[in-house]
Amino acid sequence: MNGVHDMGGMDGFGKVEPEPNEPMFHQEWESRVLAMVRAMGAAGAFNIDASRFYRETLPPQVYLSSSYYRKWLLGLEALLLDKGYISNDDVAAGHSVAPAKSLKHGKFSMADVERIMVRGKFGRAAPGLAKFKAGDRVRAKNIHPATHTRLPRYVRGHVGVVERDHGCHVFPDTVANDAGEHPQWLYTVVFDGRELWGPDSDPTIKVSIDAFEPYLEAV
Amino acid sequence: MSEHDHHHHDHDHSELSETELRVRALESILTEKGYVEAAALDAIVQAYETKIGPHNGAKVVAKAWTDPAFKKALLEDASKAVGTLGHVSRVGDHLVAIENTPGRHNMVVCTLCSCYPWEMLGLPPVWYKASPYRSRAVKDPRGVLADFGVSLPKETEIRVWDSTAETRFLVLPMRPAGTEGWSEEQLADLVTRDSMIGTGFPKTPGAPS
Repeated sequence: MNGVHDMGGMDGFGKVEPEPNEPMFHQEWESRVLAMVRAMGAAGAFNIDASRFYRETLPPQVYLSSSYYRKWLLGLEALLLDKGYISNDDVAAGHSVAPAKSLKHGKFSMADVERIMVRGKFGRAAPGLAKFKAGDRVRAKNIHPATHTRLPRYVRGHVGVVERDHGCHVFPDTVANDAGEHPQWLYTVVFDGRELWGPDSDPTIKVSIDAFEPYLEAV
Repeated sequence: MSEHDHHHHDHDHSELSETELRVRALESILTEKGYVEAAALDAIVQAYETKIGPHNGAKVVAKAWTDPAFKKALLEDASKAVGTLGHVSRVGDHLVAIENTPGRHNMVVCTLCSCYPWEMLGLPPVWYKASPYRSRAVKDPRGVLADFGVSLPKETEIRVWDSTAETRFLVLPMRPAGTEGWSEEQLADLVTRDSMIGTGFPKTPGAPS
């Protein structure tokens, strides 16, 4: 979706402000939100792309004015409500008043903690041959799906070069909507700064994205 | 922290923000429904606080600086190479190490959200997840580096890696001069988090830390 989360190349957000000796969490509740998101995801309530999509669909003014973990909280609530794991009555009461729904992987317990400290595997068996190889010139398609996608706007319509092939991975655009994993070839595609930002761009800049095959067309 | 705990009971509820109340309510709902064990949430937080962090990435970088065979393996398949180091936290698939050279500087961003190599660097800092970095890194990386007090020769190629998939990128910075004969442990102390994101350099030997 063409949301405010897709901010590569936007102007006006000001300087980057690193915080010296930044703590891991600025408030205790942030750590609880992180833990709830990780636990409910591991229990099978949602996949990582669905959780991203629910943060992306926050209203733009909310997205831009909320802290990082506040966005995680709002996205988590919306996702659990939508999927029926919690109800509006639960939220209004601040306690569980409606029946629970069964989770794909069951209750998240102590025994599951170690498992989630290693990243999941997103590589899948190839459904067919790769269309592109390193060195191929490709164009990022000019597409604007209203649903979740990992093709940023700033590369759409632009030509780059395939640099690496990462094998086949779960396709975020479908898995985010519970429409299946549909594994796709994944490539690192490099764009020249001037191709993306015009002739006045710094000529020493190159930018790469990792692009799923359906995002690309041969040039 | 202990002072905070002392005050905690006196002020319980009265000072909770709307967000804190909401978080507490959601946690009650999820535990009451039997979705999550409350102690398991505590254990997740504790694991993040103790097990992951840039010390893991620093060990990998220091090893690559001292062991050419490891460096080669790291650049070919970082997940596999890091997996051979028992003392570094376990890393999932899809880790990619990218090498800085005199001619090319690498910098990592996630313009769409906040993708970051947690196992190598810990949880990302706020600036990495915030709009200024995410918006500008791909268009004006030199300007962003200037915000960090970093400047590069004008002819150096700057390669920005936008983490748009489940691949995760670790920058292998250049080994600082004047560290000949140093041990891996000594070298690891020079490796900063930002040098592994590409928004900084390793510390210089002898400089105050």
